Amino acid sequence: MSAGTRKIDVTVTDVVEVNELVKRFRFERSDGGEMPTFSGGAHTVVEMRDGDVTRLNPYSLMSDPRDRRAFTISVRRDEAGRGGSLYMHRQVRIGDRMVLSYPVNLFALDLRAKKHLMIAGGIGITPFLAQIKQLSATGGRFELHYSVRTAALGSYAGELAGRFPANVHVYHDDQSQVIDLARLLDGQPLGTHLYVCGPKGMIDWVIRTATDHGWPAEAVHYEEFLAPQSGKPFEVTLASTGRVITVGEHQSMLEALEAAGVDAPYLCRGGACGQCETDVVRHEGHFIHRDHWLTDDQKTCGKKIMPCVSRFEGKSLVIDR
Amino acid sequence: MTRFQFPKSIASRPVYGRLTARPGSAHLMVADAEGAEALLDLAAAAPGLMERAHVIYLPKTTGATYARRLETLSPAQLYIGPSYPAAEPRLRKALSDAHMGLQVYLAGTEGLMGQAMREAIEAGIPAGAIQTEHRGSVARRMQCVHCKGITEDVTTDPFVCAHCGLNLFVRDHYSRRMAAFQGVCIDAEDPGDVPPSKELYS
Ligand code: FES
Repeated sequence: MSAGTRKIDVTVTDVVEVNELVKRFRFERSDGGEMPTFSGGAHTVVEMRDGDVTRLNPYSLMSDPRDRRAFTISVRRDEAGRGGSLYMHRQVRIGDRMVLSYPVNLFALDLRAKKHLMIAGGIGITPFLAQIKQLSATGGRFELHYSVRTAALGSYAGELAGRFPANVHVYHDDQSQVIDLARLLDGQPLGTHLYVCGPKGMIDWVIRTATDHGWPAEAVHYEEFLAPQSGKPFEVTLASTGRVITVGEHQSMLEALEAAGVDAPYLCRGGACGQCETDVVRHEGHFIHRDHWLTDDQKTCGKKIMPCVSRFEGKSLVIDR
Repeated sequence: MTRFQFPKSIASRPVYGRLTARPGSAHLMVADAEGAEALLDLAAAAPGLMERAHVIYLPKTTGATYARRLETLSPAQLYIGPSYPAAEPRLRKALSDAHMGLQVYLAGTEGLMGQAMREAIEAGIPAGAIQTEHRGSVARRMQCVHCKGITEDVTTDPFVCAHCGLNLFVRDHYSRRMAAFQGVCIDAEDPGDVPPSKELYS
């Protein structure tokens, strides 16, 4: 069922504080074997066993895709989140055993592009780190425009700018430096593909501006993982067995299904991939759809839900599981 | 009649739409013969578009009929040429000088649209972002699958390969890379057993 979610047992072999907000983790296979290959833009789902809660959070792989020794991720601490990043920051130590999923890429480079134009905001830099390693090894042409809050919080900005001075442009919010997007987009040679990863506002701004400037949708790529949001607890009934499962306040519906031993499909756990799409058999109440997958029509017709990020409020919900 | 509704066919067969103005920093239009009508309609529907348009037009057998009318639209650049091969270097140059935001509009016969589309894709524009509108002749550009020679403006099925002389059956199987439909020998089993040739879509 959970296609693409084969697991790898790993050991944490390095934890580095990148700056005040970001920590980097390195994972190697516990059995000493090689990690699977991946392509720049791929993510892994990290299993976190925090007491009796299991969290599964996706993180972009930032290491060199050709390096089979280890996977590396960077995690930004999110005080307001549901606790996954805090767990990584506070609990995870060198030598810990953890479980990662095989890599999945929902943000791949289009290798037909003549040039890759990358726009990153904050921790959105991580998939680009792997993509840049991939492109620099294969002679691909790229340009990165990276927006950070301050120089001190600009994860990897110094390294990137030092290594690729002609390709990397860093913008500091605290110095009121902003990406001149309209000009940047108009000046790109034909065949350029655009990639954006960062906060929602930035992604929307880039997509909207590109559309207004005549960029084809096929040449605009973005990645936004939505973290599931807390909400009122609700109950969901499985049509196959009639079993009733309660989704807790700080749990996603997918997590509740998993905790109840239901093998529900997923890939991204962030409302982007479509893998967890679930048919609604009956419902009385209303959906809080938060995914990027269902069309507006599908969202209003009430026949589908993406349990990784979406919730329900009301009397009853029966799903086809 | 310059519009023709092609019957539904295999997935390989290109389908065409109607040109509509899209936002963009520059507009490149390539048309042949009656394809000019699609550009005239486009210009009428989107005033101001022609000021930023580069038009490459091949009148073929239509003489001055449409060429005059295109001139009156005063596009930013207008090239009127005798054939696709004559216009191709200009098309390539326009594409290699272009930036993202360029919109491409193709109109006229399948052979012209297919070849111009191949250049645009080669230049890096995703196929789905290139607009096309069929007008005029249903003639096809055919590749002989046996000798690989191209026969232009094929209007009958079967037809005789202009290169190797085989009798070829007109297929809907299309190659984007060749910008041509595939022609397959129709009398390979019984040489000389060739059905009478008829007009395409007649
Ligand atoms: S798991 Fe990807 S959309 Fe839900």
